[in-house]
Amino acid sequence: MNIDPVILAMRGYDPTVRPPVLTEGDVSYVVHDTAIGRLLLAARPEGTALACVFTPAEADVERVLARIARVTSPRVLRGGRGLDRLRRELDDYLAGQVHAFTVPVDLALATPFQRQVLTALTEVGYGARTTYGALALAVGRPSASRAVGAALGANPLCVLLPCHRVLSATGALTGYAGGLHAKARLLDLESGPCGAQSCARR
Amino acid sequence: MSVALPPFSRLVDAHWRDVARLAHALAGPDDGPDVAQQAWAQALAAYPSLRSSRNLRSWLLTITARCATDVHRARARRPLLAEAPDRAAPCSPEPPDEQLWDGVRRLPQRQRTAVVLHYVVDLDHAAIAGALGTTPAASRRLVSDALATLRTLGVQR
Repeated sequence: MNIDPVILAMRGYDPTVRPPVLTEGDVSYVVHDTAIGRLLLAARPEGTALACVFTPAEADVERVLARIARVTSPRVLRGGRGLDRLRRELDDYLAGQVHAFTVPVDLALATPFQRQVLTALTEVGYGARTTYGALALAVGRPSASRAVGAALGANPLCVLLPCHRVLSATGALTGYAGGLHAKARLLDLESGPCGAQSCARR
Repeated sequence: MSVALPPFSRLVDAHWRDVARLAHALAGPDDGPDVAQQAWAQALAAYPSLRSSRNLRSWLLTITARCATDVHRARARRPLLAEAPDRAAPCSPEPPDEQLWDGVRRLPQRQRTAVVLHYVVDLDHAAIAGALGTTPAASRRLVSDALATLRTLGVQR
């Protein structure tokens, strides 16, 4: 078939183009490779942390972004403003250079029960450990250790809100969103030369 | 209940090339990048108030076409320093594509928008009619009139 050269030329139009540069969104995100795994970091433009979650597969990234778009705003941009502080603090923390996070957090992605559990968790300091049962007690639902476990499993701000410091009653490492290897690594980091023993009172 | 819109970054990933191609085709290589950037900024601003997550591609391309039209009108209002040179006998022949795109940009605005939306970014006549506020039949006519003019330019492939 003889196709019109004008139509062919238009269909094949292929100028040199660049993606747009957008900064004015409501949420910025980046997928960040770290020593403990691939984390999706999300923040508001002014720097408040919204998410720090393990996303080993592309499907995990999609799932988290879809949730962020639904719960906060669909104006979600990759890169964008507000990520620097979260990323820097996380890197410093994982390098053992800081022991606490100062970046403000927003628990928009957590359910009310999760918020309760995650707030109780902030009492558990660097290098310290607790148990699901103790947390259940702390939120006034002593028989709800399983629900506490589930709430921690869906922690939208892993590492920042230290669900890795929660162990089973026997002291065993139990489930972790980033895998047990990541959990062990975080606990090791925190019990290092300046961890629980020598610097607990800092 | 508001609609579940995908994260805006997904729209950018999926459609930035087509938005840029459309902007270049309609506004030329000088204004194309600005038109695309403007279109994305407008889309981002309007995005949360969208009532439907269907036809997001058409929506983006329609915004881009509108931005290109605005730039074209602004250009037309500005006086030219010199008249365009007589193109009947160029010293060295232009590459065929350049001649085509020059021809496209000289088409009447609605013809230009329609033919580019149809062939460069593959929108159907219903979507083009939506973008131009007209009927699919009128879109068909605009495209065929534009093609008739462009064929006289003798583009070779």
